[in-house]
Amino acid sequence: MSLRARVTTLLIAFVLVVGGAVFAVIEWITPQPQVEDYTPYASGGQVNVTLQTAAQTTVTDKPQWVTYFVMDPATHQWVHTTYFKVPPATRVNVTIDGYDGCTPLRNPVWGRVTGTIGGVEYVNGKPVSQLNSWSGCNIQHTFAIPELGINVPIASPTTLKQNKNLCSTSPCSPSSGPRQVVTFSFVTPAQGGTYRWQCFIPCGLAYLDGNGGPMATLGYMSGQMEVGA
Amino acid sequence: MAIETQPESAQTPGGREPGPMPRQRPWWLRPAFHTAIIGAVIGYVFGHWLGNFIASGYQQGAKAGTNDFAIILGYVFGVIGWLAGLGVFNELFMQMTGRRVARSDEGLVGDLARYFRYSLDHKVVGIQYLVGMLVYFFTGGLFAMAIRTELLSPTYHVLSANAYLMVVGEHGTMMMMMMTSVIVGPLGNYLVPLMIGAKRVAFPRLEALSFWLTPCAYIILLSSVLFGGFPTGWTGYAPLSIQAGEGMDGYAVAFAIMGFSVILAGFNLICTIICYRAPGMRWSRLPMFVWAMLTTSFLFVLAVPVLIGGLYMLITDRTAQTAFYVNQLGGSNYLYEDLFWFFGHPEVYILALPGFGIVSEIIPVFTRKPLFGYKVAAAGMFGVAILSFFVWQHHLFDSGINPDMRPLFMLTTELISIPTGFIYLVAMGTFWKAKLRLTTPMLFAMGMYVNFLFGGISGVFLSDVPADVTAHGSFFVMAHFHYTIMGGLIFAFFGAVYYWLPKMMGIRLNQTLGKIHFWTMFIAFNSTFMPLFAVGELGQPRRVFEYARSLQTLNDWVSISAFCLGGSLLIFVFNFVMSTVVWRERETGNPWQARGLEWQVPSPPPPHNFERIPVVLAGPYEYGDPSALPVADLNPPAGVIAGALVGAGTESRSSAGTEA
Amino acid sequence: MAADAPAPAAPGGGTGRERNDGLWLTVIWLVLSIAGCLVVYFVWGPHLPPGGMSDSAASQQFDNRILGTVATPVVIGVLLYFGWALAFWRQKPGDETDAAPIHGNTRIAATWITVTAAIVLGLAVFGTYELIAPAGAGGGEGPQPIWKPNSSTILQVQVIGQQWAFTYRYPQFGGFETTQLELPAGQPVAFNVTSLDVIHDFWAIDLGVKADANPGVNNVAYTTPRHTGTFTVRCDELCGLWHGAMFDYGKVVSPAAFQAWARTTETRLASMTAALPPYSLTYDPTQISTLGKVPAELGLTGAGGGYYNPADPEQP
Repeated sequence: MSLRARVTTLLIAFVLVVGGAVFAVIEWITPQPQVEDYTPYASGGQVNVTLQTAAQTTVTDKPQWVTYFVMDPATHQWVHTTYFKVPPATRVNVTIDGYDGCTPLRNPVWGRVTGTIGGVEYVNGKPVSQLNSWSGCNIQHTFAIPELGINVPIASPTTLKQNKNLCSTSPCSPSSGPRQVVTFSFVTPAQGGTYRWQCFIPCGLAYLDGNGGPMATLGYMSGQMEVGA
Repeated sequence: MAIETQPESAQTPGGREPGPMPRQRPWWLRPAFHTAIIGAVIGYVFGHWLGNFIASGYQQGAKAGTNDFAIILGYVFGVIGWLAGLGVFNELFMQMTGRRVARSDEGLVGDLARYFRYSLDHKVVGIQYLVGMLVYFFTGGLFAMAIRTELLSPTYHVLSANAYLMVVGEHGTMMMMMMTSVIVGPLGNYLVPLMIGAKRVAFPRLEALSFWLTPCAYIILLSSVLFGGFPTGWTGYAPLSIQAGEGMDGYAVAFAIMGFSVILAGFNLICTIICYRAPGMRWSRLPMFVWAMLTTSFLFVLAVPVLIGGLYMLITDRTAQTAFYVNQLGGSNYLYEDLFWFFGHPEVYILALPGFGIVSEIIPVFTRKPLFGYKVAAAGMFGVAILSFFVWQHHLFDSGINPDMRPLFMLTTELISIPTGFIYLVAMGTFWKAKLRLTTPMLFAMGMYVNFLFGGISGVFLSDVPADVTAHGSFFVMAHFHYTIMGGLIFAFFGAVYYWLPKMMGIRLNQTLGKIHFWTMFIAFNSTFMPLFAVGELGQPRRVFEYARSLQTLNDWVSISAFCLGGSLLIFVFNFVMSTVVWRERETGNPWQARGLEWQVPSPPPPHNFERIPVVLAGPYEYGDPSALPVADLNPPAGVIAGALVGAGTESRSSAGTEA
Repeated sequence: MAADAPAPAAPGGGTGRERNDGLWLTVIWLVLSIAGCLVVYFVWGPHLPPGGMSDSAASQQFDNRILGTVATPVVIGVLLYFGWALAFWRQKPGDETDAAPIHGNTRIAATWITVTAAIVLGLAVFGTYELIAPAGAGGGEGPQPIWKPNSSTILQVQVIGQQWAFTYRYPQFGGFETTQLELPAGQPVAFNVTSLDVIHDFWAIDLGVKADANPGVNNVAYTTPRHTGTFTVRCDELCGLWHGAMFDYGKVVSPAAFQAWARTTETRLASMTAALPPYSLTYDPTQISTLGKVPAELGLTGAGGGYYNPADPEQP
C-alpha cells in the first residue's frame, strides 16, 4: 500500500474507533434516570414530593417489573424515574400513592417507621408506626433512605379481593385500582449530596431472593435523592 | 526424542504432504472473517429461537421479563456459527468423508488476507493474537478510565450505580479473562517454535482455534453491556450472579469460552515444547521464556477446567434453576468460591510467570552477561506454578470457611515468596558488574522488577491472616494485584513488544517514543497505585462508588495519575500504529545482538522458520564467554542430526565449528 | 544469520584500583536498612492502620508494623541494587563488548534461599501466633470458631446483611433488632454475621473486624473494643446495586451507657421485636411458616421472590 493509502486507512480506523467509543459512552454508560427537580417549588422551608408505586411498568420494555413513578412538579404528570432533587435543610412532605399488592418483607424489621417526623407515617390520614407484613397483608413496598435512617413501609390494600384487582396499566390513577395513600415528612440534611433510596420488599419477582430485576435497576425500585440548591 | 528423527517434511501442518493447489475461489467465497460474522449471526438467531422454544413453558422467564436460555443458547450457537463460518470444521468433514485435505493459503508472505483467516501458521496466529490482545487490553483500559472518573467525587455520581458496577465488571473481566493469553497468545505461539528450533507447533488447528475463540469471548463479554452489564465484578460470586439480570449470561459464557481457548493453547504449547525441540535443544538449554510458557501452559490445562465446571453450574443455576450455589436448597456459595479460586489463584500466576520469562530473556541480552543461575530460574518458575495450586483459600480468609486451615494456607502462601525470590536472585546476579544497555525493552524489564517488588511485598501483608483482616477486599488488594499484573506482566509485555516486534514484523518501533512511553508509564503507574495501598488500609473497599470524604484527596490524586497512565499508553498506541503502518522502519537482522535462536533467522522468519531443522550447540545466554559455541548450526550437514542423536548431542559440536 | 560471535570479555574496564561494589553495597544497604527499620517501626508504626480502637485492630497494627519493618530492608536492598546498576554498571560509550560471564554461584544461591526461607517461615510462625492469640484477630471464623476470647461475659451481637443494609440484633437484650450498632468498651464482643440474601461482608474498619455474611451460615468474629468512639462499618463484598453505599457508623460507649442504651432500646422496640422471627443464628425468609391468612390465600409461601418454585421438592 502506498503511504497515502495507509494514512487514509488509519484515519478511517481512528474515526471508527473513537466514534464507536463515544457512541457506547453516550448510549450505554452515562444515561441515568431523569431527575425531577423539586427545589424551585420549595416554600416556607417545605416541599411536597409525590410518588407512586405500581405493580407493572407498561410504559417500558419490562412490563412485568414493579416500579415507582415520580410526579413532575410542573406538569403533574407521572414520570418513569426514581431520581428527585430537593433543597437542603428542608421539610419534605412525601405522598406515595400505593397501587401494588402486599408481599412479605425478607426482614420484618423494615415494617417499622423510622426517621420521619414524629416517627409515624399516615395511611389514608391515620397515623401508623409499625406494620407486620408476615402476619397480615399490609405492606406493598418500602421507601427507605438508609443513610438518613429513614424507613417507611408503604401500606397495601389488605383484602384478598383488592389484591386480586390491582391496577393493571401504569401509571395508575385512583380509578384504575385500589390504592393506599401514604404520607410522611422528614427533614433533609444540611449537607448536600446524593442519598440513595430503595425498597426492602423482595419485589423482583422470579429473581433469586426477589432482589434482582427491578430491585437492582435504577428507575424502578431504587433511586437517588439529590440534596442541593 | 523419537520425534526428532522424523524427516522434516513431516512437520507440514496437517501431518502429511500438502496436496495439490485446490481450485481458487474468489476471496469472498473463501471462509474468512466476513463469513464467520455471517455464521455467527445465523447461529445466534437460531440459538435464540431455540432457547425461546425450549423455555416457552417456563413461568420464571415470563415473570422476570428475561429468558436466559435464549441468550445463552444464542451465544453458544453464535460461537459455533462463527467457527463454522471461519471454516474450522471444513477439514474435519473433508477427512471424515475421505476427501483430501489441501490448504492453499499457507506461506503466502505479504498476503494481508491470511490474518483474517483460520490460518495454521503459528506466526500468523501470533500476529492475530498480538493485535487482538492489544484491542482487548485497551478496551479494558477505557473502562478503567471510567471507573477513575466516577471516583473523583466521594458522593456525586457521574455514572449511575448500575453503570458503575457494569463498568467495574467489564474492566475486571476484560483484564483478568482476556489478558490470560496476553503473553502466551501472541509471543508464546509466535516465538516458542522459533526458540526451540521447530518448523511448526504440534497442533496448529488447536492453536488457530484458540485464537479464533477470543474474539467471540470479547464480543460476548461486551454484549452484556446491552443487557445492563453484570453486577458481580470479575469474580462472579454466587448467589449474586444467580440473582443478576441477563448481562450475567455474557460473563459466564464469555469466561467459559476464553477458558476453552486457553486450554487448547496450553495443550498445544506443552506438546510443542516437549516434543518439537530441535536436536541439541536439551532441557538445560531451553530459553527461560520457553520454561515460562511451559509452566504457564500446565497451569492453563490444570486450573481452567475447574473454572469451566464452576461456570457451567452457574449457568444451570441461572437457567434450569438448579441450586448448586444456594445454601437454602442444599447447595453452597462456598462451592463457587472454592471452584473459582482454585482456578483463580493459578490464574494470577498465569499472569505473572510469562512476565518472569520475558524479563529473564531480556536481561542477559542487555546486561551482556549469561543468566545467573539458570537452574534456579527454572526451579523458581516451577515452584511458583506448583505452589499456586495450594494457596487458593487465602482469598477466603474472612469468609467463614474452616478456620483451622488458615495457618496452613498462610504458610503455603508465604512459601511462594521463596521461588519468587529466585527470580530476583537471578536478576540481581545477572546485573552484577554488567554492561547495561538501556534500551526500551531493558527499561521495561527493570521497571517490571521494581513494580513486582512492591506487588510481592504487599502480597506478604495479604498472606498474613491478621494483617489481611484489614487489607482483605480493600483497595490494598486492588493495588497489590495491579502491581503484580499490570506492573509485572504488562510492563514485561510492553518490553517484549519492543524487543520482539522487529522479529515478528520486521519493523522496529521508534525507540525515542518507546523511552518516553516507558518513563511516563512507570511514573504514572506508581503514582496511580502506590496511594491505593494507603486508601485501602484506611477503609475503602473495592468496587465502591462512595467513599469517606477524608479520602477524596488521595482518590483524586489517583484518578489524575490514572488519566496520565492512560495518556502514556496512548503514546504506545501512536508509536505502534505509526511505526507499523506509516514509518515502517525495516529491521530484518539481529538488532539487539542477541544469542536467542529466534534471532538467528531473518525477520520476519521465512514461512517454515528454518530451512532445515537446526542443531542447537549451546545455550542462549552465553554472553561474554569466549569459549561458547554459536547457539545453533542452521545448516547442519547431512547426517548431523542422526549423529547428534547417536552421540547424545555432545559430539555434534565438533561438526559445526565452521559456522560464523 | 549466524550467532553473533562471542567477544572476549573485556577485563574490568579500567586501570587503577577496582571499586569494591560488594562492600559499598553492603555498607550502604546496612545503614539505610537500619535507619529505615527504625523509622518504620518507631515513627510510622504507631500510626499505621487500623489503629488501636480494639484488641484485634491493635494486633493487626502490630502485624503491619512487624511486616513493614521486615519488608524495609528487602525493598531498600532491591531498589539500591538496581539503582547502583543504573549508576555504575552501564555500558561505556563505544564499548560493544560483553561483560564477564558468571553462570551462577552456588554459595550465593544457597545463602539466598536459606535466608528467604528463614524469613518466610519466621513470618508464618509469627502470623500463626498473631492469629491465635487475639482470638482469630477479628476475622470471621465460621460457625464453629476455634479461637475464642478468654471471657465468660461475651456480648453477642448478630449482624444481618441484606441488600443493602446491615441490621444488628442483640440476643442478650430480648433479641431486639436495630440499624444502630453500639458496643461497650472493654467487653469482648462476638459478631454473629449472617446474610438474608447474597454474600455481604461486615467490615468494622476501626475495630479491625471483617467477616463475610453468607446466606444461611453463621460466621463468628471476635474483638474487644478498648476505648470509646465511633467507627465506620462498610460492606466489603460486592453485593449488588448499592454495595458502594452500604455503610453505617457504630459507636463504642462506656459499659454503663451501653447498658442504658440497650435497656431503653429493648423497651422501645418491644412491639417490633415481637413481630420478628425468633432469634436464631441463620434465617431463611424464603419460607415463612407464620404467614398470615391473606398472603397465604394469595399463593405466597415466603419472601423468596418466587425464583424457586415452592412446589419443587428440595430433595426429590
